[in-house]
Amino acid sequence: MKAPLSWLRDFAPFDTSDPTALAASLDDLGLVVEGVEHVGEGLGDVVVALVEGVDAIAGADRIRLVTVDAGAGPLEVVCGAWNFAPGDLVPLAPVGAVLPGHFRIERRKMKGATSNGMLCSARELRLSDDHEGILVLNDVEGARPGVPLTEALGVEPDVVFDITVEGNRPDAWSIAGVARDLAGRLRLPFTLPAPAPAPDLGTPVASLASLEVEDLDLCPRMVAVVLDRVRVAPSPRWLARRLLLAGMRPISGVVDASNYVMLELGQPTHPYDLDRLAGAGLVVRRARPGEKLVTLDGVERTLGTPGRGLGDTGEDCLICDAEGTAVGIGGIMGGESSEISDSTTRVLLEAAYFSPMAIARTSKRLGLRTEASARFERGCDPWGIDRAVDRFCELVGAPTATGKLDVRGQVPAPERILVSSRRVRAVLGVGIDAEEAAALIEPLGFGAETRDDGLMVTVPTNRPDVRPAPHGVDDVIEEIARTYGYSRIPRHRPSWPEPGGLTRYQRERRLVGDAMCGVGGLEAWTPSLVDDADHVAMGLTGAAVEVSNPIAKEEAWLRRSMLPGLVRALARNANRRQGGVRLFEIGIVFSHPDAGARTARGGASGSETAVLPAERELLSSVLASDGDDARSALAAWRVLADALRLEPVELVADGSVPGLHPTRSALLVAAGGAGAGGTTIGAVGEVDPAVAETLGHPAENGRIGWLEVDLGRLLDPSVTPRRPDQARALSRFPSADVDVALVVADTVPAARVEAALVRGVRGVREAGGAGAVRGVREAGEVRGVREAGGAGEGDGGLLESVVLFDVYRGPGVPEGHRSLAYRLRFAALDRTLTDEEVGRLRRRAIDAAAADTGAALR
Amino acid sequence: MTRTPSGPGDRSGPSGRSDRSGPGEEVDRLELEAAGALAGAASSAALAEVETAVLGKRSALATAHRHLAALDPDARRAAGKALHDARARLEALAAARGEELAAAERALMLGRDRLDLTEVTADEVRSAVTRGRLHLVTQTRRELEDVFVAMGFTVEEGPEAETDWYNFEALNIPPAHPARSMWDTFYLELGQPETVVLRTHTSPVQIHLMEDRQPPVHAVIPGRCYRRETADARHLPVFHQMEGLVVDRGITFADLAGTIETFTTAYFGPDIHARLRPGYFPFTEPSAEVEVTCTICRGGGCRTCSSTGWVELAGCGMVDPAVFEAVGIDPEEWSGFAFGFGIDRCAQMRHVIADMRILTENDVRFLRLL
Repeated sequence: MKAPLSWLRDFAPFDTSDPTALAASLDDLGLVVEGVEHVGEGLGDVVVALVEGVDAIAGADRIRLVTVDAGAGPLEVVCGAWNFAPGDLVPLAPVGAVLPGHFRIERRKMKGATSNGMLCSARELRLSDDHEGILVLNDVEGARPGVPLTEALGVEPDVVFDITVEGNRPDAWSIAGVARDLAGRLRLPFTLPAPAPAPDLGTPVASLASLEVEDLDLCPRMVAVVLDRVRVAPSPRWLARRLLLAGMRPISGVVDASNYVMLELGQPTHPYDLDRLAGAGLVVRRARPGEKLVTLDGVERTLGTPGRGLGDTGEDCLICDAEGTAVGIGGIMGGESSEISDSTTRVLLEAAYFSPMAIARTSKRLGLRTEASARFERGCDPWGIDRAVDRFCELVGAPTATGKLDVRGQVPAPERILVSSRRVRAVLGVGIDAEEAAALIEPLGFGAETRDDGLMVTVPTNRPDVRPAPHGVDDVIEEIARTYGYSRIPRHRPSWPEPGGLTRYQRERRLVGDAMCGVGGLEAWTPSLVDDADHVAMGLTGAAVEVSNPIAKEEAWLRRSMLPGLVRALARNANRRQGGVRLFEIGIVFSHPDAGARTARGGASGSETAVLPAERELLSSVLASDGDDARSALAAWRVLADALRLEPVELVADGSVPGLHPTRSALLVAAGGAGAGGTTIGAVGEVDPAVAETLGHPAENGRIGWLEVDLGRLLDPSVTPRRPDQARALSRFPSADVDVALVVADTVPAARVEAALVRGVRGVREAGGAGAVRGVREAGEVRGVREAGGAGEGDGGLLESVVLFDVYRGPGVPEGHRSLAYRLRFAALDRTLTDEEVGRLRRRAIDAAAADTGAALR
Repeated sequence: MTRTPSGPGDRSGPSGRSDRSGPGEEVDRLELEAAGALAGAASSAALAEVETAVLGKRSALATAHRHLAALDPDARRAAGKALHDARARLEALAAARGEELAAAERALMLGRDRLDLTEVTADEVRSAVTRGRLHLVTQTRRELEDVFVAMGFTVEEGPEAETDWYNFEALNIPPAHPARSMWDTFYLELGQPETVVLRTHTSPVQIHLMEDRQPPVHAVIPGRCYRRETADARHLPVFHQMEGLVVDRGITFADLAGTIETFTTAYFGPDIHARLRPGYFPFTEPSAEVEVTCTICRGGGCRTCSSTGWVELAGCGMVDPAVFEAVGIDPEEWSGFAFGFGIDRCAQMRHVIADMRILTENDVRFLRLL
């Protein structure tokens, strides 16, 4: 909202010498000043001049030599604007003039021509933003050659504050409202002058027009007056100027007066041409379902039908003529039929208090937000209507019918709220005694009587932000705090006995990120809102959750995977010759409720159970450094698994993971969880080159290693078990290594052989006991030392580690078999193992491998 | 194994010889040979073998010693002394030779190991992978979390898709309320139209927390939020917010102001100050906007802060009694405050990022930069 200081001064004697200090006070009151504009300054030297001739300058095609007369004879001025012709009136800044911004006009020579001044645009004069050409003054009343521009325009130096008013302060969304707050803060008297009565037409209003409100719930109060012998003419210059300064275009007397009242007092009004209102009156009622109306903007509106929005009842407040034909949407926009025109002589002015929620509903559904609707939906003062109507009549000045038509239903009345001093202190942390609090809020129009235990406050009806008690108590306290000054409230750092901290999940999620950085990953942030085509491209089936109102089609679905985003990020970087990187992301992916749902309180008032998409937090990583492939992803996974001290996680070769290379990818299956076969916690491998190509990463850019883990499952030890977190004793005696090479059929996974070796050493009867290595591993994979069994598991405690160190296929090994070479390391806590003991353990391991997997010693 | 060329046992048995000079000369000869062998050992390993040969159990010297028993007492005494003296001299000789050899060998090893550090090329020290980096938003989030954890806050999280109830209504923003225009909302095609939203702020987690547990609550809530806005230098339609919620007995606006000040000082530094001015949020009363000293000009005034020296950082206020009512907490017993600010905005301010959109572009030059 733009508030000229001169207008604010109509209500309180603000000091004009220090606008910056006024702006600071407004800021501190929560009326945020976004800008301070100084207008009309530095125009004292500018005069109106008549263009007498325009001539070309030899050798110049952009500037011309203009001859003007500013009352003192012809003067030659060089000008680069082309929007005027001889006979036009224009502003001239003569040599020696100083324009706004300390811009001094000098005599200058250009292309051999001498310029004795400057013709000015509106922007150069800081009158508006218009810099299209020279300001042409032909239509300005009183503009004659030689007349000072300020006199011709009626412009006086002024300061305009551009203020943002919070949505809960409709009262402050007006010049008078701003003045009231500011005067209170500066302890200046605030007066709202009573409008001078308009000439009395001598005819009772009821004999000229009728007013009926059928649905008082939508329109609790409406007032109408009738003005006769109205001259439709331009507004007086001072009024038009104020409208301009406030950012509104003057149109004509009646419309301008209505706008002026709205800006000044915050109450919208609507003038009708009484002679174009059938039946000479208004009827206010609910729109019938499907009822249509063409609004002033020329758009046909369909009313009375609920929209998509939650809580939209489809109730619209219609203003109709006395015969029931709609002439406007109450509080939002009028219709074309009864608009004020040049021929209007009799005006019916309507001013109302509409139900704020009803206005908000209709305005939102129609997508129609006007100066009026924005004010009504925030809540106007139902008892400020009379002053607004009187002010309109005063401004128009036409003879006015006696009395007002006034229809009232349940009109909000002033609330009384007891605000205890104890509560003030409890909320603010500082004691403000009742007298002081009263002195703070009384200038805002609150009534305040001191009581023993606090204040009895009467809330003015222009303050709908203050709710009835009990909630309104805190609203009043906010007013006390605001006027007291937030900066004066002491600051205190609270403390409490409960410790802060991260959850285990949060700590370990950090560990995951750190581990990925450790293997060279750069963390990316790819879009959550994506194109479903990317899901289809990577082979995901089923539906994605769609956004109802996306900004763009490419951002219309919730992502189900981070693969497309990460591959595209690789591709974009490769295009900038920034290829060869590893990226990872930790973020949420969404499932359509068909595939994975979550429920929560929903519906109106949270009374229903709503179905929402399941959300999973994933780590996803693309590894595309030089030479990266599935092995790199596997290496990254091992680092991650080791960082988290995971028990072994199975790798299950799987050719059907969407988006992944069918013969170079595996699922990660953890031992725990609800299912008997463990729980899939992620996948490792390579991005399918065909999918990568579709996403902009051609095969010649190299393979992309892929690792994805569901953090919810990974970091849940009941799903993905951890190695024991209790220290076990370490043997101080020499360990003994035994190598065994076993010939095993290709169909037997190496992990089963390893499990059998462990079982054999333990002396357990069958495979699959607690802590046994379970699962499937692709042949040929060699990995690091793994814990195998802990202390106190019989002879299992003697086995320190099992490492697969070589895989051999070829001469000496039967077709369809391979030789797996393991190194078993034995040690005892209390002694050096003898050769006999080691030999016995070795034998047991080999026997178990033979029994469980058919392995033969090579 | 090298064997000493001769020993007493090779030529003469332990026959009872009584010639005093015989044994003496023999000892001298043995000593001379042994000393020559020790001196000729070319390495520590060779020396160890020579020592075994000339001084060990099966050496000529040892054999001669065993033969002493056959001699008469006088001869035995004299021969024994000679043998003993010879052994002592040889042992000293071996030790000295050992030290000499060890020193030479170490010198040789050090020479072979020589590495001129000024000559090391970049290729030789490059590791297989360079360390990666967390996204600036993650770094910022962690640092902010740590600031609040140190102040006694827990860190809580909630879903990104929410019902209208959590995102709006329970926060005292009823359907069709004009205040909803403060948040441009993405709706999801689920259930009744416009009932499921992408959360526009982290505030719905306040409701989850207060519904799910008993006070006290001292939590910060970081997370991703969505607003249907076009991206520009200072706004992203998908962004990160950190919410704070404290519900306890006796919590006041002064506590809120103190907490905000402590946080801004801890995160931005001691010369950055916070100030509160009145604001409006439907879920807090009183409400305030937090402004902090402009991090660009340090309060002197610049374009970023429109010459005011202050920039907006956060919104905050005392939890509105209507919100407590929605979650069934007695506002007479409990009070609280809430605040919310942009994690991305903090990063932008701290690291002087001209255009926030760089955060979502995943340009690896930027990802490596900060």
